[in-house]
Amino acid sequence: MSFHLILFLAFAAVCVGGAVNLLAQRHPINSALSLIAVMAALAGEYLLLGAEFVAAVQVIVYAGAIMVLFVLVIMLLNAGEEEQTKGSRVALLLGVPGVLTGSVLIAWVVVRHSGTEAVAIGALPGHPTEIAQLLFHDFLLPFEVTSILILIAIMGAVVLASKPEATARKVD
Amino acid sequence: MVPLSYYLVLSGFLFACGVAGFLIKRNIITIFMSIELMLNGVNLSFVAFAAHWHALSGQVFVFFVMVVAAAEAAVGLAIIIAVYRTRETLNVDQANLLKL
Repeated sequence: MSFHLILFLAFAAVCVGGAVNLLAQRHPINSALSLIAVMAALAGEYLLLGAEFVAAVQVIVYAGAIMVLFVLVIMLLNAGEEEQTKGSRVALLLGVPGVLTGSVLIAWVVVRHSGTEAVAIGALPGHPTEIAQLLFHDFLLPFEVTSILILIAIMGAVVLASKPEATARKVD
Repeated sequence: MVPLSYYLVLSGFLFACGVAGFLIKRNIITIFMSIELMLNGVNLSFVAFAAHWHALSGQVFVFFVMVVAAAEAAVGLAIIIAVYRTRETLNVDQANLLKL
């Protein structure tokens, strides 16, 4: 077993554990913290795939900015434990074996029949210079469009989150 | 050396966890986090395929997915705050205005 595979399995274990913990926890803040663990481990996987730029952006934007927003809203709204409702027994009896069979089948097919070319650290020229060349040359129009998208999102967030009376007064 | 398929299985598992969370969770914030988990699973397969085909466009696409996810998180959380302000609850079962 190579060192590379051991690293992959360690990060994958953190990912799987975090994702299952997100489902199992009842308090939103615990779910948010396990999601942060998943995202940090995913950054490790990106490094193993030779994508340094994506790994850095993953930590800064996802684990940093977006999750801070989530935790802030959870604390702002004082979210408590969720109430659990009883699901139907048919769903439990048929759904769980069905999901297990389907996922095992898909995993088996993917592992068995996909090309198993190995991916090494640094094999991909994921240097930020080349990504910048793509981003600001080949994908320049989508890049500019996303800036407009973010501007609209900011305005939408401000309008939606501000108090209704405050917005009404501004309109008058 | 890690085969591509391992990454794909992990990515599919993360996506499936996101779908399951979206369906079984009752708290609107946790449902929103499940959507982020799904996006992360898709991002992993994007990067894995980029490494496999030696095409950097996959990484640029991941960048765009992250930008859209950030915009979506800002607007979605603002909507959650607005819903909480009018209904005083985060439980999606109690937001049933459109139910017959």
